[in-house]
Amino acid sequence: MGTDLSVSGRGLRWFEALTGLEGLLDVAPRTVRVADSRLGEEIARFIAVVPDPGNRFPRARQGELGLEEAWTLARQLRRTVAEDLGARARAVIAIVDVSSQAYGRREELLGIHLACAAAADAYAGARLAGHPLVALLVGKAMSGAFLAHGYQANRILALDSPEVLVHAMSKQAAARVTRRSLEALEQLGERIVPMAYDVRAFARLGLLHRLIEGVNADAPGADDLVRVRAELAAAIEDARAGSRDLSVRLTSAAARETRAASIAVRRRLTEQWDAP
Amino acid sequence: MSAAPPHERFLTRHSFIELPARERARAILDADSFRELLGPFDRLKSPWLPLQGVVAQSDDGVVIARGRIGGRPAVVAAIEGAFQGGSIGEVSGSKVAGALELALRDCERGRPVLPVLLLETGGVRLQEANLGLAAIAEIHAAIVALRRHVPVVGVVAGMVGCFGGMSLAAALCTTLIVTRQARLGMNGPEVIEQEAGIAELDSTDHALIWSLVGGEQRHATGLADALVDDDAEAIAAQVRSAVERVASPRSEQVECFLERLASIDPGNPPEPRALRALWAREDAGGH
Amino acid sequence: MEVLNFTYPARQPVAQRVHVGVVGSGDLEVLLEPSPDQHAHVAVTTSVDGFGAVWKIVLDRFFSRFAGAAAIEINDFGATPGVVMLRLEQAVETLHR
Repeated sequence: MGTDLSVSGRGLRWFEALTGLEGLLDVAPRTVRVADSRLGEEIARFIAVVPDPGNRFPRARQGELGLEEAWTLARQLRRTVAEDLGARARAVIAIVDVSSQAYGRREELLGIHLACAAAADAYAGARLAGHPLVALLVGKAMSGAFLAHGYQANRILALDSPEVLVHAMSKQAAARVTRRSLEALEQLGERIVPMAYDVRAFARLGLLHRLIEGVNADAPGADDLVRVRAELAAAIEDARAGSRDLSVRLTSAAARETRAASIAVRRRLTEQWDAP
Repeated sequence: MSAAPPHERFLTRHSFIELPARERARAILDADSFRELLGPFDRLKSPWLPLQGVVAQSDDGVVIARGRIGGRPAVVAAIEGAFQGGSIGEVSGSKVAGALELALRDCERGRPVLPVLLLETGGVRLQEANLGLAAIAEIHAAIVALRRHVPVVGVVAGMVGCFGGMSLAAALCTTLIVTRQARLGMNGPEVIEQEAGIAELDSTDHALIWSLVGGEQRHATGLADALVDDDAEAIAAQVRSAVERVASPRSEQVECFLERLASIDPGNPPEPRALRALWAREDAGGH
Repeated sequence: MEVLNFTYPARQPVAQRVHVGVVGSGDLEVLLEPSPDQHAHVAVTTSVDGFGAVWKIVLDRFFSRFAGAAAIEINDFGATPGVVMLRLEQAVETLHR
C-alpha cells in the first residue's frame, strides 16, 4: 500500500524563492501559501499548496490536497477577484507541486469532489474576470489536485526536470489498477505519449506554453530565478493579450499533431451543430 | 408524482439505468426532437486504444444529441458507462467539452442552449491519461462559463456512478439529480483501498460505500439537489424542471463549507447519518 | 486484438444505416449500411484472437438468411456467438422497421 510518498519541498522552496516572502498573507491552514509580490512592473499573487506536518487533517501533512486546501484556494481566488473589482485584474501564479488529492473515507464523505470543484470554479472565475492565470509546474501535477490547482490557467509553464510529472494517477496505483508492472507501464508511456508521466512527454501534447530548460529545479540560483521570473512575466503579458478561455491549448504545433482528434471533434461538432 | 396505485406505477415504470446512453439522451429530450451529432457513422474513434490492442467504440462512448427540453433548445451529453467504464479519453472528453463550448457560443450570441450532462463515468481513461485529464479540465472551464448564462444540469443514475475528475464536473452543475443507485465520489473505492489501505476502506463493502457516497446520502447532505426513482419519465420530468431552476451553485458556497469543516474534528469525524443532520438540506423531508 | 474480413454475394439493396449495441464486456456493436457493390462486406475487430473460424460459422449462418448488400462493421469485446447473432438479428430487425 501507499503512494510514492516522496514529500517534495519544491513547491514551498519555489514559492519562497520567487516571492522572497514579500507581501506574505496570513492564511490558515498553512498548507496554502499566498503572497503578493513584485513580478516585473506589477504585483502578482503567488499561490502554492505545500505539506504541513502540523495539519489537523492527517492526509494534508504529506502534501495531499485535501478538503481545507481546496476550499481555501477557492476563498483566496474569490477574494482576489473581489479586491480587484473595478481596478486592474492582477495576475495569479499557481506554483504547482501536488502529488494527489487526499484519499480517505472521511474526505469522500465530506465531499472532497465538491471542494476540488470549488477551487477549479474559483480559478476559472478569476480567469473569466480577466485575471491572467499562470501555472508553474515545479514538481508533481497530478490528477484531481492539478484540476483544482493549476489546470484552469491561461498559460502553463513547467521546469524541464525529471521530477516534474503530470498524470491522472500515481504510477503505483495505475500499475495496480491496470494489473501491469511499473516497467510495463513506463514502456507503454514511451509508445503512447498521453500515458507518459514525464514533463517532456507532456510538452508534446501541446498544453504547455513553455518548458523552461537549464534551471536547477531543486535549488534555484539567482540566475535561475531571474530567468523564471522573466518567463512568468512574459506569460502574463501573453495571457493578457489573449482570450479568457482555454482555446489556446489547441493552437500550438504540438497540439495540432498530438491533439488532432480533439481539434477534429470540435470542427465536426461545429459543422453539425445547426440542423441542415 | 403519479396518483396511480403503487402496483400500476411499478408496472409502467421504465428503468433509466438499464438504458444505454443513446436511449437515455432520447428519454431526456422532448419526443421526436433527438438529433445526434458525431454519431457512430461519423466514426470519430479513439486514436489511442487500438495502439494498445483495445477495441474502440464508434462514438468513443459519448453520445451528443441536440433537441428540445420543455420546448427550449438543448444539448445532451450522455456517457456510455458500459464502454470502458464510461472513462474519459481524448475523443469522448472533447465531444463533451466541444458541445458545451458550442452551447456557450450560442448563449453569448443570444440564443440560449440548455446543457444536460448524463454522467456515468469512472473518470479519466488510463489508456489516454493526460489527454483525458486535459479534456476534463476543458469540461470544467466550459461549465463555469456556461453557468453565467443558463443552468447546467447533471444526472448521475448508476450503476457506474460518477468518479474521478468528472465528479468535479457533477459538483459544478447548477442542479444535480441522482438516484439511490448512484454513487458520486472523487476517488473510486478500489483506489482508496490501494492508496490508504483496506482498513481505511474495504472496496467490497457495498453498504459502506453507498452510505458514504451513494445518491441518498449525497442528497440528504445537500451535495445533490434531487433524488429520483430509477424511472425514465421521472428523471426526464426532473430534468425539465431543473433547466428552469436558477440557483447559486454549490461550488460557490465557500464560506459555508469552510465554516462546516472548521467545526469538524478530523480525529472524530461524523458518521454518515450524523452528517445528514449537520448538513441538512433546507427542504429536508421532500425533493 | 484481431481484424477479420468477410465477403458474401448479395443482391438485395439495403435502404438505410442502422447501429445497434455497445462495446461492453461480452457485447459488441454493429454498424450496418449500404454496400458500394453487390456484395455484403463484414469487417470484424475483436478483442479475442484466434476465433476466425467461429466468426465464419456465425456469419455464414447469418447470411444464409439475410440477403442484403450491406457493409457491416463489428466492434466486439468478447461476445459469445449467441450474442453476436442476437445483435446481427437486432440490426436487421431495425432495418426492416
